[in-house]
Amino acid sequence: MDILNATLAWLAEPLHWQGDNGIPAKLLEHVELSAVALLLAACVALPLGLWIGHTGRFSWWIVSSANAWRALPSFAVIGLLVPFTTVIDPNLGFTLYPTLVAMVVLAGPPILVNTYAGISGVDRGLVEAARAMGMNERQILTGVEIPLALPILATGIRSAAVQVIATATLGAEFGFGGLGIFIVLGDANQDTGELFGGVVLVTALALATFGGFVLLQRRLVSAGLARRAA
Amino acid sequence: MNGQPLIRWEWIGDHLGPIAGRIGQHLELTVIAVALGFAISFALAAVSIRQRRLYPAVTLLATAAYTIPSFALFAALVAVTGLTIVTAEIPLVLYTVILFVPNIVAGFDAVPGDVLDAADGMGYTGAQRWWRVELPLAVPLVIAGLRLASVSTIGLVTVSAVLGDSFGGLGYYILDGYHRHFTTEILVGGLLSIGLAVIADLLFLSLQRFLTPWAARKTVTR
Repeated sequence: MDILNATLAWLAEPLHWQGDNGIPAKLLEHVELSAVALLLAACVALPLGLWIGHTGRFSWWIVSSANAWRALPSFAVIGLLVPFTTVIDPNLGFTLYPTLVAMVVLAGPPILVNTYAGISGVDRGLVEAARAMGMNERQILTGVEIPLALPILATGIRSAAVQVIATATLGAEFGFGGLGIFIVLGDANQDTGELFGGVVLVTALALATFGGFVLLQRRLVSAGLARRAA
Repeated sequence: MNGQPLIRWEWIGDHLGPIAGRIGQHLELTVIAVALGFAISFALAAVSIRQRRLYPAVTLLATAAYTIPSFALFAALVAVTGLTIVTAEIPLVLYTVILFVPNIVAGFDAVPGDVLDAADGMGYTGAQRWWRVELPLAVPLVIAGLRLASVSTIGLVTVSAVLGDSFGGLGYYILDGYHRHFTTEILVGGLLSIGLAVIADLLFLSLQRFLTPWAARKTVTR
């Protein structure tokens, strides 16, 4: 009960909702940097996944390495980047870059693997039928393969987004900021309200991201496919 | 950092004992979590296979729970249960179960109905059918789940370093090295924990090959 009261009191304190170190500022920082990381990862992983899914070229090598890449512990990746990013910039390389780079690097594989799985899983008979109807490769990709692969493709982007939010949270231990900072500070100052306030905010953001992508997925997937799945 | 060499080998030489101790702690935390998680998951999967109506809702709930950052969960628990091994194991077991159950269920789902009918026709009892037909055929996906859960747990153990110096396995060196601006320590913790994850991955891959020799044979004869 003490924890609940302390948390509610901390969250209700108007001072915690203002200024550069307030909740809105940290939330914005968390979301902005996550969006940047996700976008950067998608810019590389989506086209690559579409290409190997459509052509089948190098797919075994690329998917195997992406899967091995997924096994990397995010905590270790952030830490291992520090010695190298600090060479580039002693300040930002010690705070912002390690986590940001880790977020991009860890978001790529889920997008790549799912994009590949989605596209290559499309019934080859349908692709041949589209080709026979005179569609060119681009039309096949955008008109047949992508719409059919969309549910799997979107799941990849969703898990990447969730991963990015979690990595950003972890980054607070490495000077990154974001909402995780309240957990770090609450722990350091023995302030239960701040610690649990941070936990609540971080969890809410993660669940909101998950829920948002689930809803988006429902809207994007063609009605025919959704009916078939149900 | 500050012009120091990337690796100071003499530090590693002086700390071989503690490093080995951290590797041991890392493995201990991982093995407990995966073993407990495996037992709980098997029970939950057995229920899920019978209660199919609830399964999609449970899966959605589990996927949502999986999105909660481990860092937040560890930090919250330490304030509730204190600095004990239970605090470290609760999130580890939880994430293991979430990863495991779908794999076990999918493994048993993948057993073809014809095969089950054939087993029944041959006069297998329920238990015999389970041990000799269903379990061996479900093995590939069960081991795949074991592989996924072990690798993920090895990663999560590093995060438990945030609980305090007495936890974290090799993650302790990552965090301590960061706080002390000491790259050697970061590299030792980071590279060794990645090494553990890779070894676990390969170990379960060979276990899978060993337990399901027919899977490899099939790809050869095709």
